[in-house]
Amino acid sequence: MQNKRSVTVLLWCAPLIFLAIFYFYPLGSILKLSLARSEAGALAPFVEAITSPSVHRVLGFTIWQAFLSTILTLLLGLPGAYLLARFDFRGKTLLRALTGVPFVMPTLVVAASFNALLGPHGWINVGLMEVFNLPEPPIQFLNSLPAILVAHVFYNTTIVLRMVGDFWSHLDPRLGKAAQVLGANRWQVLKNVTIPLLTPVITAAALLVFIFDFTSFGVILILGGPHFATLEVEIFYQTISLFNLPLAAVLSVLQLGCTLVMTILYTRLSAKTSRPISLQSSRHTQGRLLTWQQRIFAFGVIALLLIILITPLLALAGRSVTSFGVIDTREGSLAPGLTLAFYRELSINRQESLFYAPPTTAIGISLTYAAATVVLALILGLPAAWALAQDRTSRLNRVLDPLLMLPLGTSAVTLGLGFIIALAHPPLDLRTSPLLVPIAHTLVAFPFVVRSLTPALQSIQPSLRHAAAVLGASPRQVLRHIDLPLVGRALLVAATFAFTISIGEFGATSLLSRPEYPTVPMAIYRLLSRPGVLNYGQALALSTILMVFAISGMLAIERFRIADVGEF
Amino acid sequence: MKYKTIITISVLISLLAACAPASEPEPIEITPPEPLKLTVMTHDSFAISEDVLEAFQEQYNAEVQFIEAGDTGTAVNKAALAKDKPLADVFYGVDNTFLSRALDESIFEAYASPLLADIPDDFKLDPQNRALPVDFGDVCLNYDVAYFEENDLSPPETLEDLLKPEYAGLLVVENPATSSPGLAFLFATVGHFGPEGYLEFWQGLVENDLKVVNDWETAYYSEFSQWGGTRPIVVSYGSSPPFEVIFAEEPIDQPPTAAVVGAGSCFRQIEFVGILKGTPNRELAEKWVDFMLSPTFQEDIPLQMYVFPVNPNANLDKTFQEYLATPDAPAFLSPTDIAAHREEWINAWTETVLR
Repeated sequence: MQNKRSVTVLLWCAPLIFLAIFYFYPLGSILKLSLARSEAGALAPFVEAITSPSVHRVLGFTIWQAFLSTILTLLLGLPGAYLLARFDFRGKTLLRALTGVPFVMPTLVVAASFNALLGPHGWINVGLMEVFNLPEPPIQFLNSLPAILVAHVFYNTTIVLRMVGDFWSHLDPRLGKAAQVLGANRWQVLKNVTIPLLTPVITAAALLVFIFDFTSFGVILILGGPHFATLEVEIFYQTISLFNLPLAAVLSVLQLGCTLVMTILYTRLSAKTSRPISLQSSRHTQGRLLTWQQRIFAFGVIALLLIILITPLLALAGRSVTSFGVIDTREGSLAPGLTLAFYRELSINRQESLFYAPPTTAIGISLTYAAATVVLALILGLPAAWALAQDRTSRLNRVLDPLLMLPLGTSAVTLGLGFIIALAHPPLDLRTSPLLVPIAHTLVAFPFVVRSLTPALQSIQPSLRHAAAVLGASPRQVLRHIDLPLVGRALLVAATFAFTISIGEFGATSLLSRPEYPTVPMAIYRLLSRPGVLNYGQALALSTILMVFAISGMLAIERFRIADVGEF
Repeated sequence: MKYKTIITISVLISLLAACAPASEPEPIEITPPEPLKLTVMTHDSFAISEDVLEAFQEQYNAEVQFIEAGDTGTAVNKAALAKDKPLADVFYGVDNTFLSRALDESIFEAYASPLLADIPDDFKLDPQNRALPVDFGDVCLNYDVAYFEENDLSPPETLEDLLKPEYAGLLVVENPATSSPGLAFLFATVGHFGPEGYLEFWQGLVENDLKVVNDWETAYYSEFSQWGGTRPIVVSYGSSPPFEVIFAEEPIDQPPTAAVVGAGSCFRQIEFVGILKGTPNRELAEKWVDFMLSPTFQEDIPLQMYVFPVNPNANLDKTFQEYLATPDAPAFLSPTDIAAHREEWINAWTETVLR
């Protein structure tokens, strides 16, 4: 028993040291400095925030939209997860890869995608105007609550698909069959067998989705428009526009507090619901689409997933090869015509700019950062997840578990400024180091890695380990022959998350960047913020390249298997 | 025992990985004197031509490294928070809307560059020369030329025109709380109508069916009728029309848009450079500041950064000479006024326009 505890403590070491240096220390420094700047004392901004009706309004809206978005994401994600978990059909690998692409896309690109699809001159509005001969675009989608919700579903459905779908695919379907034999109908099986077994992983996924929506910034700002603000948007405004650091600090604390409360609730809930079960290879759990009901279900779910997750991206790709027809704009629609001009222009350094990077270079830089993030996030996330899985009820784990989620609930602006003041002295003078980028990405990826791995690690029957140990296996052999094969698939999911988070990250990267190492999202941002259609077109072209590149990356990961890891 | 060893090693490795200093390939230098290093911190719109930088590096045997620190506001905040241990030797990019913040936080050392003599006094907003003007850009209304021709409507010439019924539902602006051109346009209205009168003007705009979005990209590329939106008047830059010519998809000889430059209808953003307090490279930093004010760098500015040189000795590209409309009398607000009232004006604007 004593031994087990010391193992848990040891496992926690690396992740905690990392979080202490690169998260708690910078965050603590900036909060302390910010509150010290308050002229009326450190308490005054707290009082200001608590009594301010506008803060109440913002907090209320933040929770409300996150709640709605999470529900909608689950409504789309769970049927999708079921489909991917229980059925084997042609094109499944491609579908899985495609649904992961939105997660990679920086918000600016997503805004451009929705604009290309549903904006005033998006494909749908232009099409409707032509067909029905309308003078005005009939659909007003941008800058509305539905735009926020749809964009959140667009982004986060993949979290549910991957986390729940993967776990579900290893659930033994014979449990349900047994219940049916005993007289339960399909709903009773769902309610009494499947859902209880899935609860830990569904709550884990829902929590991640909720926190992502709760701290949403770019989607709210660009697609939501000026009538909507989340805490994160307000923190940005107070920090950057007004330099009201004390109030920004209080809002950051408020956001962190909410994240912590949600995580503690989750931890309590999952401690009650998770249990070891025997996982099966997906080979034994999946069947073909046999009945017509199954086919209709599959068709419906796939169609919905493609419409919500893929059409905006297709609209963007389409726009990137369409001539804007500057002169003919007035002819009722944008004069269509295919062009590769934007792609050609990407490889030309017309202004001989020092910071120009051809797409291949930017992709190379993005890949390097992503690889570093995957390695770092797994090195740190695996021991943490393992420690958590050892004994959920130990006091150490109960305290530490909720802390792991905090980086997701932290404002990027606040933490970015924290780095500036905290990491200023050797040996940690990393403020201008390119290393800071993968470190920041790892902070975001780390909770995903832990959440993807823990349910799988927890569900390993202790009796398997014990049996191996009794038969003389060393702890290392237990790890190699029991744990690793059983969690291989979850490891892959975790790596995918780390990879995609890093490739698409923009907020933290832009705060810490060195202009000679631009990532793809940063290169896109540079192009997008300039006047002239040639710049805009290039931004769309580069976004499309990022998209194709993301799809290939996902497909490669889907196919990636090492010996017995990943399949069992 | 083995178990613990593995874990200890993995702890050590991850710590080492986290702490290892950035390894950068250093170019092998054959000439004996080590080049002097200079670090320049900028906002994320900074850009420079390779050969222009090369000219500086060769002349002073220097190696310049740039750090981009986010947008203007973010970069100023970072410089202010890092003032005890500056991130760089020189900071470029603070504009007149953030100048007071930089000066109040005293991040700069004064430097009276000899090149200041060439630069018109209008641009010199800091009499102590802690912040030296480099470039400027005007935030102005842009309109879609073809829309007005087709509808037989004369384009607006002043801010007051926007209240006329014929311009109802034509204007899109950016939110001053989230957008730099949006804020500049709010300042233009405060400068033009005065702190007592600007809200009444905005109230009139709301009644004339004003549209507000959060960012320039959405205003310009989604809502502006030039790119297929429904609004033929947009808040953008005075320089946008010539850039529409330079970055047109197919070569064109007339800009499809034009800027409204009537008295008081634009707001001028001036960007400054300063030497960061406590730099150990004061001498080279001075050289860099001189260089930024010299015609070589000044002529490089427009096509790299989309703003314009303050040094009148710098020659402009032909396209700009032809198509750039510069307001004679942009609205003016002092940086001190801006700092004192920024929050108040934005809040009042929000109450009037968005609620």
